[in-house]
Amino acid sequence: MTEIISARGLVKTFGANRAVDGVSFTVGEGEIFGFLGPNGAGKTTTTRMLTGVIPPDAGTATVLGHDIRREPVLAKQDFGVVPETSNAYTDLSAWQNMMLMGELYGLPRSLAEERSTDLLKTVGLHGKKDQKVQAYSKGMKQRLILAMALVHDPRVLFLDEPTGGLDVQSTQMILSLLRDKNREGITIFLTTHNMEEANRLCHRVAIIRRGKIVAIDAPERLKMAIDRVHRIEVSFDREVPDEALGKVSGVAGVKRTGDKYVLDVLGRDAAIRSLVAFAGENNLQIVTLNTLAPTLDDAFLRLTQEGGP
Amino acid sequence: MNPESLPAQLRRAWAVAKKDIRIYYLKGPVLIFGVFMPVFLFLAFYMGGRDLPLSFLIPGLVGMTLFFSATAVSPAIFPWEGSAKTLERLASCPITIEAIVFGDMIASTLFGIGITVITVLIGVGVGLPVLHMEILFVALFFGACCFSAIGTLLAVPPTNIPSSIMMLSSLLKFPLVFISGIFVPLAQMPSWGVSLAAFSPLTYFCDLARYCFSGEHYFSIPVDIGLLALFSVVFMIATMFLHRRTMPRRL
Ligand SMILES: Nc1ncnc2c1ncn2[C@@H]1O[C@H](COP(=O)(O)OP(=O)(O)O)[C@@H](O)[C@H]1O
Ligand SMILES: [Mg+2]
Repeated sequence: MTEIISARGLVKTFGANRAVDGVSFTVGEGEIFGFLGPNGAGKTTTTRMLTGVIPPDAGTATVLGHDIRREPVLAKQDFGVVPETSNAYTDLSAWQNMMLMGELYGLPRSLAEERSTDLLKTVGLHGKKDQKVQAYSKGMKQRLILAMALVHDPRVLFLDEPTGGLDVQSTQMILSLLRDKNREGITIFLTTHNMEEANRLCHRVAIIRRGKIVAIDAPERLKMAIDRVHRIEVSFDREVPDEALGKVSGVAGVKRTGDKYVLDVLGRDAAIRSLVAFAGENNLQIVTLNTLAPTLDDAFLRLTQEGGP
Repeated sequence: MNPESLPAQLRRAWAVAKKDIRIYYLKGPVLIFGVFMPVFLFLAFYMGGRDLPLSFLIPGLVGMTLFFSATAVSPAIFPWEGSAKTLERLASCPITIEAIVFGDMIASTLFGIGITVITVLIGVGVGLPVLHMEILFVALFFGACCFSAIGTLLAVPPTNIPSSIMMLSSLLKFPLVFISGIFVPLAQMPSWGVSLAAFSPLTYFCDLARYCFSGEHYFSIPVDIGLLALFSVVFMIATMFLHRRTMPRRL
């Protein structure tokens, strides 16, 4: 697999805050690579370093073989960016924004017009192309910005939380366009704090927390890694001390929520058997017993918690 | 075409200039300010009862108009675009910082020349002929380049608050007007005044303008043109160099 994006030891410090702390990864050709993390994890800062908007304090990034610091123009020529805060020129119309992008990427006018017409139709804005962007809704702006990022037919697309705070229709339109473009061969780097989105869209996901990558893998495998630790929710007809439950064989941790206990267990079957035995020995009636399906959310939480799994 | 090549970057700078003109210059208030400034300056100085001969007054006003119009908008463009995040868009496009700055300069050069033509026409309208048209063109061109470079230079401090930049630029712009021989002929200045005026590019522009309208001049014409061109180049290199250093701090 050809290496399209490569980050090596990226560091960015704001004052005393190490926003990005030695981030390294590579993205192969044709991949949709997800960069998943909670707010403030350093996703945007990393994306801005990768796209040459801000310089890293240390480390290097290359896109399509061009070092973003040493050959910024050549690197930028072949990628498109959808930044976190939407930034079309609101005093210009959608069409004028598209034409400006065409010129900034050095496209001949006729090609820019042809592509812009197609793209604006695809994102459902062609009918409003001569309206000033000021009057656009958030979803419309975001769709326009995606179209602007694609006008030069880039080989790589960077998107920073492209669906954050959008309506369902715009979200669906954007995600399906991303899938189509990826099928046509575009490599995609996408940040999100939405597990489901990463799960549905990405081939590989990096999880970032406090400026550090804590895991990189396929979303299913990240889920499986977590699958080894199950959770069981149980409640009895009367109170049981947490310590007593903690001593039941196979139970690794106990958390109490209301009258229910959520247990981290090592094996589901064995843990349920010993819980039943425990109830019998102590004359307890089991009122509820649920096994909780691990979600990517769990994976995310666990991996981003102090210490990790 | 290689996107790094000079012609490619110049075309992209032109795209930035067109964008600037559309968004920042062809706005009602900016145009009205631009068109009325020469008229008001003329009225204020001519009707104001100061006994300045037209042949002295008009070249000075031409200088002031060019200087104020070419530096009126450009200092605020970087802060505006920084706060609107459109600067981040430009920063992620394959255009160098130098080309962005150059685009801003092109826009303010064109605006400056366009507005100053009005003052020239007022001069002609009140009966002052232009004696040396070709020198006037050369002077307008280099003067506009030089002043627009000053305009973008004023945008260097990496703040994204347009009003603080505007404040700062007024603080620097007005003193420059007073030392440049607009109100007092250089020939009548004390020697320390002339030495001070020599540091201001506006001095050489006004000297040229005076020559164009009245035939009088203090420095020799090649010296005026040469120094104006030199100032343009130096300010242009300085503004590009400094913006390259401060731009990341706006993003
Ligand atoms: N320009 C900046 N100046 C100072 N601190 C910043 C700046 N940008 C980001 N940060 C800080 O860096 C950390 C990471 O931010 P960011 O990359 O935006 O996270 P994310 O995109 O994952 O939400 C945060 O603590 C944020 O406050
Ligand atoms: Mg972010």
